[in-house]
Amino acid sequence: MSAITQTSIMEGRSGTFGRLSDFFWRNPKILLFLMLAPPLLWLGIIYLGSLFALLLQSFFSIDEFSGLINYEFTLATYRQLLIPSNFDIILRTVVMAALVTLAAAVIAFPIAYYAARYAKGKWKALFYLGVMLPLWSSYLVKVYAWKLILAKEGILTWVFARLHLTWLLDAWLSLPIVGGNSLSISYTGTFIVFVYVWLPFMILPVQAALERVPGNLIEASADLGGHPAQTFRHVLFPLALPGIIAGSIFTFSLTLGDYIIPQIIGSSRLFIGQAVYAQQGTAGNIPLAAAFTVVPIVIMGFYLWMAKKQGAFDAL
Amino acid sequence: MRSDRSAAAPLGLKIAAAAGLLFLHVPILLIFLYAFTTEEKSYQFPPPGYTLQWLAVAWNRPDVWQALGLSVRVASIATAVALVLGTLCAAAVSQTKFFGRETISLLVILPIALPGIITGIALRSAFSFAEIPFSFWTIVLGHATFCVVVVYNNAVARFRRVSGSLIEASMDLGADGFQTFRYVILPNIGTALLAGGMLAFALSFDEVIVTTFTAGQQQTLPIWMLEELVRPRQRPVTNVVAMLVVLVTLLPILAAYYLTRDGDQVAGAGK
Repeated sequence: MSAITQTSIMEGRSGTFGRLSDFFWRNPKILLFLMLAPPLLWLGIIYLGSLFALLLQSFFSIDEFSGLINYEFTLATYRQLLIPSNFDIILRTVVMAALVTLAAAVIAFPIAYYAARYAKGKWKALFYLGVMLPLWSSYLVKVYAWKLILAKEGILTWVFARLHLTWLLDAWLSLPIVGGNSLSISYTGTFIVFVYVWLPFMILPVQAALERVPGNLIEASADLGGHPAQTFRHVLFPLALPGIIAGSIFTFSLTLGDYIIPQIIGSSRLFIGQAVYAQQGTAGNIPLAAAFTVVPIVIMGFYLWMAKKQGAFDAL
Repeated sequence: MRSDRSAAAPLGLKIAAAAGLLFLHVPILLIFLYAFTTEEKSYQFPPPGYTLQWLAVAWNRPDVWQALGLSVRVASIATAVALVLGTLCAAAVSQTKFFGRETISLLVILPIALPGIITGIALRSAFSFAEIPFSFWTIVLGHATFCVVVVYNNAVARFRRVSGSLIEASMDLGADGFQTFRYVILPNIGTALLAGGMLAFALSFDEVIVTTFTAGQQQTLPIWMLEELVRPRQRPVTNVVAMLVVLVTLLPILAAYYLTRDGDQVAGAGK
């Protein structure tokens, strides 16, 4: 017996590393603490700290005469958000985000469905890379590419001219809200670029959701007499919905916060991101800028809460 | 007919999927075309002629080199910080169960889930509040914060596949904690870390929104591009730089894909 206990309970290790290793083995909580401390301190202090400091500032106001920040608790800055010119900015951004999300879902669905159900082997990898490369390639370069495309002398005008459809383009540009002098300074342009830049964020979760739909479910629906449109409406779409909602979290959130795309391609009317940028920069009104940033945070909070109820997070 | 044999896709679906993929890729390909155009003043299509001279012009531009140098240095250090923090966090979350685990995942993802402008302005107002002047390190601080999530996602996915019995076996055979880490854990998660690091590098190299708030007067390559976009001055040089940026970010993405393609996805959905 004693021989067994002697060999099965080993002596402590020698050397600094050995002793340290034994110590961590006996006190796993200390090891856990040491592992978690650096990332949590970094994110907690640098990120959450700054975020709370910013949110706090939205409850201050700015003195209109001196331009200095008045450090007293007030809701006056939030009331400023409701004056028509500011409220228009919020409304415009939310409508744009909703339209972009809708369009991205419509374009993403066929790609995701094909990749999930029909693409095999090499083609599957090709589809995957085909979505990943645009997702990860430079955001600014993508915006720049669209500036080339949408310019008055650019490729799109050329294509329309080649197809003898210039009249169509001109008719569209002469429409009131969506039109403009050229595509690159119209809401239409802004919309197209938003859809383009955020599209991969929609494809990936929709594809993940569709991968989980068994093929025989579709066939069963057809066997039972379902027309393809009915199968889509009653079988495929409800099963893909969590994925679409998961993707819409990205498209919606990213559109709400972007300030570069509408600045480079769009009319001069502001979006939330641009308003934040202008208020903190040239206007020097940090409290109003902070109040503006609260808008996307609140909208996204609601959105995430709704998405969670729909089970969208399982599709991520 | 066997029902598990896949039928051919309907023609409409094929066309829609192909059109969607074309929509994603043609604009990026156009960048390559425009880098060689002879037209200087406008974005004329089709280009009136082709030339290689802009490559030479861009090569001799000190401001481009400076911006490129700054971007590479920032991305390297931010990636290194993110690798350490992300791996620690992933190891803690996946190897042990403790109260508040979900909260930690949320905290890591938050910097990338909230719009970049919020992160940017929050950092900027914190810097001005603490009277920290803008420097190389303020850029790194911002970049490392949102790069952690990429490393974390990749590492967590891989840790999930490294079975706990492997680690126990190593301990049973007499290895201490450090040896287990060095000879068992590290070889298993190595490629995932490499992939995460490359994606973090690509993310940092390309970042512009947070950077505009934390850079002050310094110019990273994306900031240089942004200024050219807002006020175009040297379009041909911008075209060449855009092509360069596409190539520089393309390689890490492809490499990351090949490193993680068995099994797990590259954690791209969380960008």
